Amino acid sequence: MKDNIVLQMKNIHKSFPGVRALQGVDFTLRKGEVHALMGENGAGKSTLIKVLTGVYSKDEGDIFLDGKEGPVAIHSPQDAQKIGISTVYQEITLCPNLSVAENMFIGRTSGFGQNWRKMNSDTEKILKSLDIPATATQQLETCSLAVQQMIAIARAVDMDCKVLILDEPTSSLDEQEVEKLFKLMRDLRSKGVGIVFVTHFLDQVYEICDRITVMRDGQLVGEFEIEKLPRVQLVSKMLGKELDDMSDIKGEQKAYERKAGSVPVLEAQGRVSDAGIKPFDFHIDKGEVNGFTGLLGSGRSECVRALFAADRVTGGTIKMNGKPVKISKPLDAMKNGIAYLPEDRKGDGIVGDLSVRENIILAQQVLKGFFKPFSKAKQYEIADEYIKLLSIKTASADTPIKSLSGGNQQKVILARWLFTHPEYLILDEPTRGIDVGTKVDIQKLVLKLASEGMSVTFISSELDEMLRTCSRLVVMRDRKVVGELSGDDLNQSKVMSTIAGGDK
Amino acid sequence: MSNNKTKASGGIFEKFNNLTDTNLLLTITVVIFFLMYIGAIIFQGGGFLKPQGFFNLLNANAALIVLACGLSIVMITGGIDISVGGVTALVSMCCAVYLDYKGGNVFVSVLVALAIGLAFGAFQGLLVAYLDIQPFIVTLAGMFFARGMTTIVNTKPFNVANEAFTKLKMTRVIIPGMGSANRKGEYIDAYVEIGVIVAILVVIALFCLLRWTKLGRSLYAVGGNRQSALMLGINVKRTRFLSHVLCGLLAGIGGYVYFLHVGSGSPSHALGAEMDAIASSIIGGTMLTGGVGNIAGTFFGVMSLGTIQNIVSQAGLGEAWWIGITRALMLCLFLVIQSIVMVRKKKS
Repeated sequence: MKDNIVLQMKNIHKSFPGVRALQGVDFTLRKGEVHALMGENGAGKSTLIKVLTGVYSKDEGDIFLDGKEGPVAIHSPQDAQKIGISTVYQEITLCPNLSVAENMFIGRTSGFGQNWRKMNSDTEKILKSLDIPATATQQLETCSLAVQQMIAIARAVDMDCKVLILDEPTSSLDEQEVEKLFKLMRDLRSKGVGIVFVTHFLDQVYEICDRITVMRDGQLVGEFEIEKLPRVQLVSKMLGKELDDMSDIKGEQKAYERKAGSVPVLEAQGRVSDAGIKPFDFHIDKGEVNGFTGLLGSGRSECVRALFAADRVTGGTIKMNGKPVKISKPLDAMKNGIAYLPEDRKGDGIVGDLSVRENIILAQQVLKGFFKPFSKAKQYEIADEYIKLLSIKTASADTPIKSLSGGNQQKVILARWLFTHPEYLILDEPTRGIDVGTKVDIQKLVLKLASEGMSVTFISSELDEMLRTCSRLVVMRDRKVVGELSGDDLNQSKVMSTIAGGDK
Repeated sequence: MSNNKTKASGGIFEKFNNLTDTNLLLTITVVIFFLMYIGAIIFQGGGFLKPQGFFNLLNANAALIVLACGLSIVMITGGIDISVGGVTALVSMCCAVYLDYKGGNVFVSVLVALAIGLAFGAFQGLLVAYLDIQPFIVTLAGMFFARGMTTIVNTKPFNVANEAFTKLKMTRVIIPGMGSANRKGEYIDAYVEIGVIVAILVVIALFCLLRWTKLGRSLYAVGGNRQSALMLGINVKRTRFLSHVLCGLLAGIGGYVYFLHVGSGSPSHALGAEMDAIASSIIGGTMLTGGVGNIAGTFFGVMSLGTIQNIVSQAGLGEAWWIGITRALMLCLFLVIQSIVMVRKKKS
């Protein structure tokens, strides 16, 4: 092992039932570097990190650590901490009700008693040396999120860690807080700590990292020095599209054209929610299919959730067909003819124990009022109609929805919203985790609905799918809308360079 | 502790922001208790004027103090234990039967009480911590079981006539210099019962446990955020188990203190004591959501409940429902004050 290498993972394999999450991944971390681990959804970065921290056990492969002969065995997070691998997660894993000092030391002192004086003075020393603006006796909850994050890092550092894994530490921080965190990371880098930095923010990667490892579909794409990998290249590597062979994908969608004087079905201005996105403007015309695109975590779902008021809305106005409307909760949106098929099918979509029939009529029943139920006969009629229309594969209309396959569950939810006859339909990742045949069905259905006059917003993490269906794309990066593409601009290279942020 | 005390007695509003949640709620409770007691002395007089009035409050509530301490501990870890009233009744009944029918030894009867409490705590803790069953359900079953067993041991209430026990029951610990003259002008010494001494020792021991031991701090950590506590390297299962064991043990001790105070066994003893204990604990600044609470606060919580009861009955409204209503009002008042202060603190 070379001198400056602190951690080496070789040929790591890990499978879950039905999924090969990691297939022969190598990862090398050197002393005193910040190393970004990048990849889209399902790329395997979190699996790799969980193998490294002992949350999962690997099927194959070896992990070598500086100063240790032979491969090390890591079976639990505690094991990992003992040999000097510490992790700071996106959600802060400290106790909000305890003091800063207690959070630094709890669970790692020996003996029966608690020596407050020593603990507090030790903590003050650490806080001072890392320049963290907090006092030892302060209750953790009263610190800002960034400071809490820094305290978690300080705890890790004080445990003599050689490898520090930061798993999306910046996603809930504002710009100044991120700056403070980066300062701390630079300090640690100069002290020789190897830092693995997982983030979705491209700007942050290029600001602080020395090296990038890109993963895709459980495989290693490559390790690159930051100077040698321009942004566009990085995005294309993450998405798995080579810039040279990007044949234009042309779908059957209509070209986007703005008719002068036409009133958009929905027009939002400065809409913003508490989910951490920047205010954005948006509009959609009758019969238009558009899409939000961007990398994972860029805020595309948060935008449509803000339109539907699925998160708490904190500002902005919405006009429907030119008239201002107030949409502050999902029911408002439904009453105004907006339907939203959520990304999290299990959590926000299906009611698992209810039958297909009940799941289909749910939204319309809410709109109609609970005291005017559909008759049983009517319910079956509706259910059968949509089962046939969307060719939902179910034993009967009375089958519980949770026993259906993912694709068919998705179709049931789609049926639920179609039955409300919305003017504007939002589909957030409707094709995730479903088979290819159903994907094509859904794309066709979207275009058919649009030709009948419905406005549709379509979100997918697969770029080809978006290019095939949408006539206009809103591009997002780092929680901001950074561009809008239509017409001839709708091709892969243009989309990728917009996501990457110009020619940098 | 000195640091803690200066903060608590400082009472300046600006200083509140520097207090931890636990100390802030403790301060509120202590201040309200003293205001209430002083108010009662000034406006009502009577029993409140004599020091013995205060000691009688202790005598009557010693058992509740011990039970509420146990409740505070499980509540700090984010759990609940509603079996303590039932355990108290079972302890009283078993000890009564043992002492009376068998002519038993007082020391052994104490061991019986502790064993019953520990058994309940350990078994419930096992189910809650290691099988991850909801503590409310587990201890609800425990409550039914304890009440049922009490009736099985003996259906009828009866008084204990054991000589050694009666002697212990009647033992009065004289508080020097606090006595006062009665109507005939004779000087009567102020006293507390043995149970009060036990209760005070329990309060002191648990205060130290929670503040200066790793176990104590782990209880807070687990209550604050269980997942985080796990990631910080705390054995969460063992901590939750121990919290129930402690609560069970304290139910045993509290049960014996109760038995010592009433000197009888009955299936209807300590009915609803678990609810009084929960209420006292909440008034004392323990949060049902876990992670916040203080044993000193619990002590004052019990005393506040007792004081309001005395005030109401001295005012001639001695019926049970009047006491119930005033207690409910007081619980609301404390909760509202607590949440107002907490919200203000969060905002600033």
